[in-house]
Amino acid sequence: MKAQVVVTLKTGVLDPQGKAIENALDTLGVSGVESVRQGRYFEVELDGTDRAVAERTVDAMCKQLLANTVIENYRFDIVD
Amino acid sequence: MKAVIVQFPGTNRERDIAHAIEVAAGAAPQFVWHAETSLPACDLIVLPGGFSYGDYLRVGAIAAHAPIMADIVKKANDGVAVLGVCNGFQILTEIGLLPGVLMRNADMTFVCRDVHLRVETTDSVFTRAYRRRQVITVPVAHHDGNYFADETTLDALEADNRVAFRYCDTNGAIDPASNPNGSQRAIAGILGENRNVLGMMPHPENLIEMALGGTDGLGLFEGLAQAAA
Repeated sequence: MKAQVVVTLKTGVLDPQGKAIENALDTLGVSGVESVRQGRYFEVELDGTDRAVAERTVDAMCKQLLANTVIENYRFDIVD
Repeated sequence: MKAVIVQFPGTNRERDIAHAIEVAAGAAPQFVWHAETSLPACDLIVLPGGFSYGDYLRVGAIAAHAPIMADIVKKANDGVAVLGVCNGFQILTEIGLLPGVLMRNADMTFVCRDVHLRVETTDSVFTRAYRRRQVITVPVAHHDGNYFADETTLDALEADNRVAFRYCDTNGAIDPASNPNGSQRAIAGILGENRNVLGMMPHPENLIEMALGGTDGLGLFEGLAQAAA
């Protein structure tokens, strides 16, 4: 199994990097962009076949390390 | 004063801190590698500046789970003074000894220059040698010093008198132009609940002798030495 984890900044938390990317897109002449928020994506290969166990494991690793829940939200999918 | 300085891969300010401690306390600190699991008995634990683990994932995030950290947390909870400067401050927030987080500077640039700090409280072993509202000059050198916490946490820090230093102008006034990184409420350093843990972004260890341009940072180390005497 594999976990696909996405970590994003919480709403209201200033994202200077996303803002810089947004400005760069504007400089490139890309139209139609309202705003950009930057996040992180992880792929975690898991052994075992129990999906419930995998979900608990990944949830714990997100809380402990992959995300800083002071400023970030996380979500994940377990895929085969 | 028996001081211990913890080194992680990527730490680079440990010798500056060691020199400052030796000047103030008259005794050389001991260096401890992050892979150790216990610290010797000591009066002060220092997490110095640098770029531990190359700032991978988030600043301080990997170092916060190094083998030595469990004993640092234990000793901090037992009352041993813990000082985190710059990357050390970032590590202390990641491990939860201090609230909040240090984010990318608001203007995205690495800032390396002298700043003015206002001493907000003298009620700690770190700030006892200063006067309340004293304005000191100390350098900063960081890319991720933008202090963030939710409003409830910020209010609690202020109510408990746990803001140690704020960025200010030469007269001690707080204004956006004097804030080098966008930190909320101009916070440059905060104390833990029991006032024995200090995290700060500026580098007091780098302004401790006139040859370097000033001595305003020395008071922090002298206060620690006095408290341990």
